[in-house]
Amino acid sequence: MDITILAAATINGLLLGGIYTLVACGLTLIYGVLHIINFAHGSMLMLAMFGVYYLLMVFKVDPYISLFIMVPVMYGFGYVLYKGVIGRLSNSKDENILLITLGLSIFLENVALMLFKGDSRTISVSYSDIMVELGPTLVPMPKLISFGVSMLLCIGLGLLIQKTDLGKSIRAVAKERVGARLVGIDVDKIFAISYGIGLATLGAAACLLMPIFYVSPTIGHVFVLVAFTVVVLGGMGSFLGAVVGGLIVGLTESFGGLFLGESLGQIGISLIFILILLLKPSGLFGASR
Amino acid sequence: MTNPTHFSRRRLIQAGAAASAALGAPGLLLAQARTVKIGLVHPVSGGLSYSGGQSRMGAQLAIDEINAAGGIRSMGGAKLEALLGDSQSRPEVGVSEVERMQQEGVSAYVGCFASAIALAATQAAAKYNTPFLIDVGVSDLIVDRGLKNVFRLAPGFGKCVDEAIVGLDEVNKTARGIAKKVVLVHEESEFGTGTAKLLASKLPTIGVEVADVIKHANPTRDFTNVALRIKTLRPDLVIMSNYQNEYVLMARTLHQQKVDLAGMFSVLGGGFNYKLVKEQPDVAQYMMDFNHWYNPRNSKAVDMKKRVEAKGDLFTFEVYCSYNSIKLYADALQRAGTSDKEKVISALETSTWSDHFMPYGPTKFVNGQNTGGRAALLQATKTDIDVVWPNEFAAVKPVFPRPKYN
Repeated sequence: MDITILAAATINGLLLGGIYTLVACGLTLIYGVLHIINFAHGSMLMLAMFGVYYLLMVFKVDPYISLFIMVPVMYGFGYVLYKGVIGRLSNSKDENILLITLGLSIFLENVALMLFKGDSRTISVSYSDIMVELGPTLVPMPKLISFGVSMLLCIGLGLLIQKTDLGKSIRAVAKERVGARLVGIDVDKIFAISYGIGLATLGAAACLLMPIFYVSPTIGHVFVLVAFTVVVLGGMGSFLGAVVGGLIVGLTESFGGLFLGESLGQIGISLIFILILLLKPSGLFGASR
Repeated sequence: MTNPTHFSRRRLIQAGAAASAALGAPGLLLAQARTVKIGLVHPVSGGLSYSGGQSRMGAQLAIDEINAAGGIRSMGGAKLEALLGDSQSRPEVGVSEVERMQQEGVSAYVGCFASAIALAATQAAAKYNTPFLIDVGVSDLIVDRGLKNVFRLAPGFGKCVDEAIVGLDEVNKTARGIAKKVVLVHEESEFGTGTAKLLASKLPTIGVEVADVIKHANPTRDFTNVALRIKTLRPDLVIMSNYQNEYVLMARTLHQQKVDLAGMFSVLGGGFNYKLVKEQPDVAQYMMDFNHWYNPRNSKAVDMKKRVEAKGDLFTFEVYCSYNSIKLYADALQRAGTSDKEKVISALETSTWSDHFMPYGPTKFVNGQNTGGRAALLQATKTDIDVVWPNEFAAVKPVFPRPKYN
């Protein structure tokens, strides 16, 4: 195998992994704090991507400028959704939240199907075809930007959790809900904030994905399974795990495609999922329970 | 004084007339309200949803047109009624839609866009001997299984590949045989695999070597590795056979990676359409595809194109393949004078319908396949798609080889 192809596949894998990381970050945060798997994660990503699409097509807002719109909008949407729907209907039972997010996912997908039909849509911006030479390979500028911004956002999120009072509250609630309530932390508000931040990361991911991918009502399915694998691999609730997991999954997909063919290459992701569950169920950086 | 229990003759005749009217009225009513139900089985959600939506639109346009013109005259003006089905881009759901519609009393089906779905759905319909008209669905297995109820107006991939090879050979010879090596890229299901297999066996007969055959999954999120592999092989041609989303991603990746080729070609390319030209004009330019196409010299086709585009829709092949399949069925109903399945199947078997705007001539079905069905070689510009072969329908000459990136 030519070394240049290997190097190019490595770069491509890392860039892919950067995108998976951002999608997985929100999922791992929501799990870490609320201890639930957000089945509506893929649908929310889809919604955000349609938001970016229409911001460009109707209001001519560039996808990267849309970051300043979509992130706060998705945060607000997530906050209100939790406060108004999820939190209210769940009666603080985790299994109820699971079912509610599943129901939300089905509802959102079908509403999108009704409004936008099943068509997939792509966008073309002035920098879509600008290529940057990275060693032996040409990388589309949007992919490079996507990777860079993803990593910056993950670092930012990590700093928020580690260095701020809000982050401290989130960590406290994640660790011990009752204790957090006893020391005066508004747990329900922290749940809503965490859910909001989780969706805000999807808003960012949508802005970074649209220049390089397509959107359709079922686009969530394309990414969410990978995101789950990343979260399980990295450890549920661990940001570092989401970053490392994302990069590993990206590399696996890239090398899998290279050595096993693009059809069979997808098996690598499933194999990782199974192996981690068998050998280290808590994930690479997850806390053992 | 008359006996109160005795019926006079007049009374008897009056009672008999009233009874006949009472018994006959529902029949009369039924005859006036008679509709022929056609099950439309298309993937309007899932990965194939764009094509499914376009197919459904084409079928409904035909049904509306036929009904507006008075319905099926030989059946007392019976109207056509569409029963809408969503196969969700999955064969098993296609089957359950067929079964559901069977319960609702369909007289025929039109579908399914994807070969894998068509294979399963037609098999299900065969249990009830319900006519199934394939609008798009190119696997030759669909018509080769000996199912009496299956009819396909458009050509299958066997004929498409044969004619694509002839077209490509002519185009290549005009360019002094510049294309000598090809890489085939295909999606993993029946359509892509079958088409690629045929291409791989026939391309060497025109002096083109197949350097590699690359299969990919549905969906595939990234084609960079495929583009890298192609770059190292340095083929003159890349020939793709895949569905909408992957077709566009693949084409875009090759364009971004500036892979220099004499031609980017596809046979039955699922994403080669006006949508690609509209959304990605730089990617679409110079791409060539061998695909179902209307006769550009037929005024009905031009007129329908204008009508569809005036509504803000795109006139893609799914639209008119489905449209013409409904019209074919309507013609069979007209000639049979009934929606009785056996009689309609018989009418389809002997069909010589020519009131379509495809480059086919009058229909002639052999084992369910219209032997006159043919596709065309197309090339995209930044704003349009032109027929470049065969010459009798060609509007322009092809640009081959395409300009290099550097």
